[in-house]
Amino acid sequence: MKVEEILKRSFLLPFLFAVLIVFFPFIFSNYYVGLVIQIFIMAIFAMSLDILVGHTGLPSMGHAAYYGVAGYAAGFLFLAGVKNFWLAIVLGMGLGGLAAAFFGLLALRARGPYFMLITLALSQVLWGIAFKWRSLTRGDDGLPGIGRPEIGLGMNLKPDLYFYYFTFALFLIAFAALFILLNSPFGYTLRGIRESESRMEALGYPVWLYKYTGFIFAGIFAGISGVLWVYYSGFVNPSYFGIDLSVKALLMLILGGSGSLFGPFIGAGIVVLLENLVSGLTERWSLVLGIVYVTVIMLFSEGIFSVFKRGRN
Amino acid sequence: MKALELKALSKNFGGLRAIRDISLEIEEGERRAIIGPNGAGKTTLFHLISGFLFPSSGRLSLFGGEMTHLQAHQRAALGMARTFQVTNLFQKLTLFENILLGVQAIKGTRFCFYRRVTSFRDVVYETERLLKEWNLWGKKDALLKNLSYGEQRQIEVIMALATKPRLLLLDEPTAGLSPAETILVTSIIKGLPHEITTLLIEHDMDVAFNIAERITVLHFGSILAEGSPEQIKGNAKVTEIYLG
Repeated sequence: MKVEEILKRSFLLPFLFAVLIVFFPFIFSNYYVGLVIQIFIMAIFAMSLDILVGHTGLPSMGHAAYYGVAGYAAGFLFLAGVKNFWLAIVLGMGLGGLAAAFFGLLALRARGPYFMLITLALSQVLWGIAFKWRSLTRGDDGLPGIGRPEIGLGMNLKPDLYFYYFTFALFLIAFAALFILLNSPFGYTLRGIRESESRMEALGYPVWLYKYTGFIFAGIFAGISGVLWVYYSGFVNPSYFGIDLSVKALLMLILGGSGSLFGPFIGAGIVVLLENLVSGLTERWSLVLGIVYVTVIMLFSEGIFSVFKRGRN
Repeated sequence: MKALELKALSKNFGGLRAIRDISLEIEEGERRAIIGPNGAGKTTLFHLISGFLFPSSGRLSLFGGEMTHLQAHQRAALGMARTFQVTNLFQKLTLFENILLGVQAIKGTRFCFYRRVTSFRDVVYETERLLKEWNLWGKKDALLKNLSYGEQRQIEVIMALATKPRLLLLDEPTAGLSPAETILVTSIIKGLPHEITTLLIEHDMDVAFNIAERITVLHFGSILAEGSPEQIKGNAKVTEIYLG
């Protein structure tokens, strides 16, 4: 009886969720469909950051760097006439990983607050390049006119509905891939490092190598979200590297709860919805957001998802 | 063969000479205790041996191989394991996950990132075997932070054993334990197979005399005396530094 109940419950929730997502565009207007697309993309971004923050214990303040690198890569590629999505995503993930491989060498020499500052500084360097190198990036104006890509077999993602389902599919793939990664021996080792680096070192784990590899994985997954956002919004500018984006992702983890995959998803949902809905109601929307954030953090110090976890136990 | 050999080892922290020209040899299979009053340099010596600190001068070798410049994880891979004076475990993971990370440490599969950790049957079975052997199987799903301090001190030792070490370094294994728990942990250490060379630092003289076959007394970073427990007990200089 008890086992049946659990089976039913663990099967029912994802099923209901999938049904809701599939029929959502037929019930709600295009505006809300756009919001859900934003949630999926931001959820991928927040989950990629959580590899570092929640699982390895590395509080990165510059995660937008890899998102931006992938975003600009997809933008340049499209404007050069290459409209194939798969080429863009491979390039975006590759460059996101490459940027992380380079930045990781520098940032992983530091710890704690110094790690936060150096990751922030490195992402600001990229922001500075995007802002100042006008002949290539057109600076603050950004690169407009980026359309939706083709995904092969003569299909393109121009209709919002197609793009919605495609983003949902990619979100599921990223979620599954991260689930596998974080439940592997590698993922367990990252959590061991989060708990105690010196113990892991004493057991014989090359701690630095694990942290470095985790850093690169985080950059690769952040690349997916950067590419998707460019195709969603149709343009790319230096704000892709912005500190507010990096901090927003951290806020998603704090609100939703880090160390699990659902937490970042819930956090992304809250932040995207609040930003868009509250800004439609009042001019002083950032004040309202601030109050909501502070209240949530005071009530749920380990994030909103922790309530569900406690309920299950 | 010598399990561990220190040659003219020194460690300075600025002007402070914490370890002064120490040479020490430990035979394979030996049980050695290092004792000494507070500030004698015991923990510094331990960090030098395990690779958490590097010497200012001198050399170390492990089972005949040079290891002076090896990092801590490289020394562990050569068969060295250590415990910590202040309990150093994975507090927010379960007991099972704690021991599993110990077992997995020496496996080639530890870098695998595309298979579930539980699909590696050998690691799971070995973890299960260890927990059952130490009568902790019933608590496998408890978060480590919810276990008692005495249990955590035991788990410190079990985790070190999970890596199947040839040389085991124990840093004050009974620190902070009640008399009853001290007896338990002491008997665990005495019951370890003799193939495992054991080097322990101990503040508690009774525990050191109970476990070790040979004792080295450290004082102000130098070796004051070395011998069997009886010789050390009868040594006038040792009595003097301990009793003032």
